[in-house]
Amino acid sequence: MTEEIIIAGFGGQGVLSMGKIMAYSGVMQDMEVSWMPSYGPEMRGGTANVTVILSSERISSPIIRQFDTAIILNQQSLDKFENSLKPGGMLIYDGNGISRHPERRDINVYRVDATEEAGRMKSPRTFNMIVLGAYLKIKPLIKIENVIEGLKKSLPERYHNLIPLNEKALNRGMEIITRISL
Amino acid sequence: MERELRLMKGNEAVAEAAIRAGADGYFGYPITPQSEILEYLMEANPYQTTGMVVLQAESEVAAINMVYGGAACGKKVLTTSSSPGISLMQEGISYIAGAELPCLVVNVVRGGPGLGTIQPAQSDYFQAVKGGGHGDYHLIVLAPSSVQEMADFVGLGFDLAFKYRNPVMILSDGAIGQMMEKVWLSPYRERSKTVPDWATTGKLPSRQRNIITSLELNPERQEEFNRKLINKYNEIKEKEVRYEEFQCEDAEYLFVAYGTSARVCQKSVQIARNEGLKAGLLRPVTLFPFPSERIGTLSGRAKIILSVEMSSGQMLEDVLLSVNGEVPVYHFGRMGGIVTTPEEVVDFLKLKIMGG
Repeated sequence: MTEEIIIAGFGGQGVLSMGKIMAYSGVMQDMEVSWMPSYGPEMRGGTANVTVILSSERISSPIIRQFDTAIILNQQSLDKFENSLKPGGMLIYDGNGISRHPERRDINVYRVDATEEAGRMKSPRTFNMIVLGAYLKIKPLIKIENVIEGLKKSLPERYHNLIPLNEKALNRGMEIITRISL
Repeated sequence: MERELRLMKGNEAVAEAAIRAGADGYFGYPITPQSEILEYLMEANPYQTTGMVVLQAESEVAAINMVYGGAACGKKVLTTSSSPGISLMQEGISYIAGAELPCLVVNVVRGGPGLGTIQPAQSDYFQAVKGGGHGDYHLIVLAPSSVQEMADFVGLGFDLAFKYRNPVMILSDGAIGQMMEKVWLSPYRERSKTVPDWATTGKLPSRQRNIITSLELNPERQEEFNRKLINKYNEIKEKEVRYEEFQCEDAEYLFVAYGTSARVCQKSVQIARNEGLKAGLLRPVTLFPFPSERIGTLSGRAKIILSVEMSSGQMLEDVLLSVNGEVPVYHFGRMGGIVTTPEEVVDFLKLKIMGG
């Protein structure tokens, strides 16, 4: 099993930390993992993306151009990465601020309105956990208990009181993801 | 003690491994894409635990000269930087090689020349392998291709540096520095309580004065010293060549690649094999000494050899020398901070097979 994922959005949306939690969770489940950020002069409001690979085997190239899954959190990223999905791949996007929706018919498209939901939950920072929950609903590669363990590893101790809230956000994401048929 | 599993960036792995290797001192100056090394060490504050000194110097020139001083005292010291900073250090590195001192220098390479870009590249191969400073000298050059090796090569680098009294360079790149992977950390090694007998720690009545210098104005004695260095480099070439092979047994198309490019080429081998092309990868782990002999042997079966590197073709020259004109050798690789993709490598190979 190898799952090659790109997560892309604005800086400040928690793109890199979501990837980090995925990677930590993968380690908790005894998988091979790699986390490769686009590093550079990006800043809040700029674009940020990260490639995460989860695999049962030794990972060859951490840098890839074709993905099994694209988690897309803004319009620029949708424009950039829609064509980087393998045929049959999965695209999850947040509808917030999207004016041109996904168009490819050879991929599976899902929508999760996580920005809206995070606002409704009055905790905008759980946004990325809603998205992660949505992803795990469709591809349950990592058990929730391992995600919680991953959260514990990647969050500083002083934020551990927020773990129940994050768990709630994960579950909420699982509930609100919808499949879009084109 | 048990080895410990962590998920870390390559840069963080270097920093943690330095503490665990029993380093006495780190001297550095921040530069992207390797600033996490200094940041990690500052936060870890190992002076409180192992007594290791961590110091942010006022410049790279100062940092390498602090390394020179620490090494002359017989201490286990290192510095890290990225391409422009490593260029600034070249004078000091040449002096350290000339004074036959052990130390570790890590270069997390970014694109050049000049300030270039902060993205990954492999364009400092010549500088690392052929001697970036002046004079006849070589560094022992280790090329990690995973976060695990970023950690492992710190301990190995120190061992080789002290064994041969020679500076060792870890030649990495921005991709390996910035990416996170699983890493098994070695148990802590205690800092050495003794120093080698050549160290300048104050003259004792029982022995002659120890002098550390790279200066010798008598030409005969300087030539004699140059010959001594050659003998040392020859011994290193004989004993310390390291490489790894992937599916080379029946390879007709051989990729030679190190570091990040070697990871990319592992996938290229899979893609090519799925398309019926017998591809293989030889990954030099040491760039000096270079696995010339092994590449020469493998070239006997090969129809085409590609030197895949994120540069305009630098290691290419060492591959050409290894193959000695027996087989066509080409270079492929992106530059300017762009990481080559596995598919691009295979496409280029196919082009060459077609005679393009």
